[in-house]
Amino acid sequence: MNVRSQVAMVFHLDKCIGCHTCSVACKNIWTDRKGAEYMWWNNVETKPGTGYPTRWEDQEDYQGGWEVVGGKLRLKSTSKSKIVFNIFHNPHMPSMDDYYQPWTYDYETLFNAPEGEDQPVARPISKVTGELVQIESGPNWDDDLGGSQVYADNDPNLEGLSEEQRAQLSSVERLVMFYLPRICNHCLNPSCVASCPSGAMYKRGEDGIVLVDQNRCRAWRSCVSACPYKKVYYNWFAGKAEKCILCYPRLETGQAPACFHSCVGRIRYLGVLLYDADRIEEVALKPDSELAEAHRSLILDPHDPLVAAAARANGIDEAVIESARKSPVYKFVKEWGLALPPHVEYRTFPMLFYVPPLSPVMSTRAGSEAISHGSPSLFHDIDESRIPVQYLANLFGAGEEDGVRYALRKQKAVRWWRRARTVGDVDEATALRMLDEADCTPEQAEAIYQLTTLCSFEERFVIPPMHREEAIAMVQDPREAQASMGFGFSTGTGRSI
Amino acid sequence: MFDDLLFSVLPYVVMFTFFLVTIQRYRQKSFSYSSLSSQFLSNERHFWSLVPFHYGILLVLAGHIVAFLFPRELLAFNSKPVRLYILEVAALTGGLMTLIGLTAAAWRRWTTPQIRTVTNVSDWIVYALLFFQVGGGVMVAVAHPWGSSWFATSISPYLWSLVSLSPDMATIAPLPWSVKLHIVNAYLLIGFFPFTRLVHVLVVPNPYLWRRPQIVRWARRRRAA
Repeated sequence: MNVRSQVAMVFHLDKCIGCHTCSVACKNIWTDRKGAEYMWWNNVETKPGTGYPTRWEDQEDYQGGWEVVGGKLRLKSTSKSKIVFNIFHNPHMPSMDDYYQPWTYDYETLFNAPEGEDQPVARPISKVTGELVQIESGPNWDDDLGGSQVYADNDPNLEGLSEEQRAQLSSVERLVMFYLPRICNHCLNPSCVASCPSGAMYKRGEDGIVLVDQNRCRAWRSCVSACPYKKVYYNWFAGKAEKCILCYPRLETGQAPACFHSCVGRIRYLGVLLYDADRIEEVALKPDSELAEAHRSLILDPHDPLVAAAARANGIDEAVIESARKSPVYKFVKEWGLALPPHVEYRTFPMLFYVPPLSPVMSTRAGSEAISHGSPSLFHDIDESRIPVQYLANLFGAGEEDGVRYALRKQKAVRWWRRARTVGDVDEATALRMLDEADCTPEQAEAIYQLTTLCSFEERFVIPPMHREEAIAMVQDPREAQASMGFGFSTGTGRSI
Repeated sequence: MFDDLLFSVLPYVVMFTFFLVTIQRYRQKSFSYSSLSSQFLSNERHFWSLVPFHYGILLVLAGHIVAFLFPRELLAFNSKPVRLYILEVAALTGGLMTLIGLTAAAWRRWTTPQIRTVTNVSDWIVYALLFFQVGGGVMVAVAHPWGSSWFATSISPYLWSLVSLSPDMATIAPLPWSVKLHIVNAYLLIGFFPFTRLVHVLVVPNPYLWRRPQIVRWARRRRAA
């Protein structure tokens, strides 16, 4: 057992309102620079939809992630043998057209335009060339366009859905959509790191944050292709790969990452997970159907004395182990089984988990009764819900419905349990039966309710002490280091002297 | 006198510049040690310009280096006409691939506004020098055939005389002006090399082929492994 610690995340999709506050917070801090305008380290996409970059989930096209070939794990896009031949042209890399061309407006015209018949107009100007452009797409271009024939109908996750289910997704008055906020998953088996020809990308040992060493990045762009989530971006001006850094400067000072901190719906949770690094390869070789469960099995119980001892032996600080015991992520992912990894079939083992959305609330009005549940099977409506379970399973279960159904049933049972307690129009016996059938106890239901709805800042973000000062102290006086740090590139971005 | 300057002094000046600046830049501005890929800005025409250019120039460069390092062996190899023909055709193909790729790349760069905005003066100098070098090289190959043999008999001895720090121009003196121009331009390229995007040639990703897939960096020394 090789115990390592990882700062992991849970996004509760049932609470996401799609306000993009996270995206804006991130943009203002990190990607408001030349060459990075088009990047959204945090983006929120509408599902069903094509996402950002367009159809990023289509790995036939982008060739991201890993595949098992002859019992061995191999990168889909740039395996070692392929990199030699593809080094001069990256065949699967998205280009700017797959994102969008960033632009601003010619605001000056509004003030300088000579007097005339018409109102002056601020025309769009490309942030790349500085010339006038015709805007063809932009950030969140498919925002809220569930049901659209251009966007929703081209969602790669619709694969395996029946014609009927597809039609239902876009039928009038039955339209459905939900939001999928995405950041770098800081995977356990990152394909971006594995693909980097220069060895510039790495995973931090202490917290598992995946970073790019900008001084070693040589602009080969393999990481952009290899990341199946398309969360490594190419800065076309600096010629460097850039990605979400999980706001590590904030984490190191005990603050939540900007997107987490600013989340209006309070959908985001952050905490430490302990995992067994020795088992990653073994788990990655499992067939698709077992992957989600196997992925979860990598996560170790921090309350287990054996695990804690192994963690200590591995140099993990006592405070970090203690933090892991309080981790909300551990509860959502492991204890409750509510949160699932996105597209686990890419075999990178994302450390960002999603609680699948239960919405829209499934209730019917029959006479004076607000809610009717005419079926003897209390969960029948989960299978008849507007978002087909198969669709969610394609997103969060490598196509296997069991995990998604389990999470949805439990969420619904908790809702009914609380309804029985507070509103009282559901009788407690039924609610208890539902809890029982959903593999949940009243205590657990209360805990889920608590952490879902009434959670405080400190409950949502259990940030472990990062001990950065100790690391700095090994080479330099920490106070000196503090005084010498600043923003931006220390050496300029030129490609020549 | 002028010939002395070009063929006996210039090579040392450019080699000195090359090593000094290359090393200094790597140590101080490692950040800038790459090419600035434009594939992201425009995928169109990228494949058909950059791929033939790179494979072509690798082939041609390898030919030059082999002729420089193993002149005797090359002459022995060329003693059978069939082999000489094969070598000649391969070299010319490589040269043409390079020339076509280079032209296409320059044309792509010039005609795509997005790419032009990330192009600086040093890039155009590189294009001009390369164009002169490759175009001139192809011309030499056509006008003065069997280059693999006469390179080995005339240019290799001259280059080795440079290496041994006793420059001897005797073997290249009778060469036509086009060949001499090719040599001088090569020196200019080497001299400019460390100041431009060409440094990316030196950072080929060789360790990638045998390194472990995952890289983990620890901030602190671990108490136990």
